[in-house]
Amino acid sequence: MALQAIAFYLMATVTLVSGFCVVSARNPVHSVLWLILAFFSAAGLFVLLGAEFLAMLLVVVYVGAVAVLFLFVVMMLDVDFAALRQGFARYMPIGLLISAFLAAEMVLVATTVATKGAAKDAVIPLASGAGADVSNAEAIGRVLYTDYIYFFQASGLVLLVAMIGAIVLTLRHKPGVKRQIIMDQVLRTPKTGMKLANPKPGEGIDA
Amino acid sequence: MTIGLAHYLSVAAILFTIGVFGIFVNRKNIIVILMSVELMLLAVNINLVSFSVYLGNVTGQIFAMFVLTVAAAEAAVGLAILVTFFRNRGDIAVDDASMMKG
Repeated sequence: MALQAIAFYLMATVTLVSGFCVVSARNPVHSVLWLILAFFSAAGLFVLLGAEFLAMLLVVVYVGAVAVLFLFVVMMLDVDFAALRQGFARYMPIGLLISAFLAAEMVLVATTVATKGAAKDAVIPLASGAGADVSNAEAIGRVLYTDYIYFFQASGLVLLVAMIGAIVLTLRHKPGVKRQIIMDQVLRTPKTGMKLANPKPGEGIDA
Repeated sequence: MTIGLAHYLSVAAILFTIGVFGIFVNRKNIIVILMSVELMLLAVNINLVSFSVYLGNVTGQIFAMFVLTVAAAEAAVGLAILVTFFRNRGDIAVDDASMMKG
């Protein structure tokens, strides 16, 4: 139990500290790297909770895709980031004030819910497979592909639409670059593709 | 001292607050605003997963998966809009982004 407590406090501290560094780092590249650390330690918290599948999903999706996407964009844009930090000190006091209130309220609600809510009798998480007859991934799969199959398909559609949207937004036709136009190729017939000419001797055909 | 549901919920609450704070203090830097939104969604996921585990109901983890999906889509489209905005303006200061009106 003590080991679990040590692991929890370690990963919770790393998550919160790196989360704070994300919003306060001077360089956005550092922000992205802190974000990756925050995701990794949050995945550690998920493992501690016994949700191994979501932990691995978090690492694959967030660290592997989203954070790398952020990194690409931050490095691609040539922006003066120092100018973007104007107003940081100005909004700091009011932001700290509101954040302190918000955090206090939410922690109070959380502890109340945890000690008096529906989960107050919950003894132990299904941690590390002990006592659970199926693994975490199997439990998720059994519900996801039966009860939630339409939602699963809909989330696939969301990703497809997002992919198409991102491509359409960033696609750019540079002038002067020859491109394949499949429409013109398909619409080409022998009539349009062939030209009969009767050149006189000594003259060529000007195309 | 045993780690209970309240501990995980408190971590999630503080992480969410950090996300709100990030949006407050980085008013001009839309990249950090997007990262703050990701942090807030991560806090929501921690909430969902811890309730799912302590209530013994796997539905919360499935919902966390859907949140993850939507977060990925949102990041992709948001960054695509950001790239387009940068190409048009040569800058990503969003506090005076009013050129789309009219």
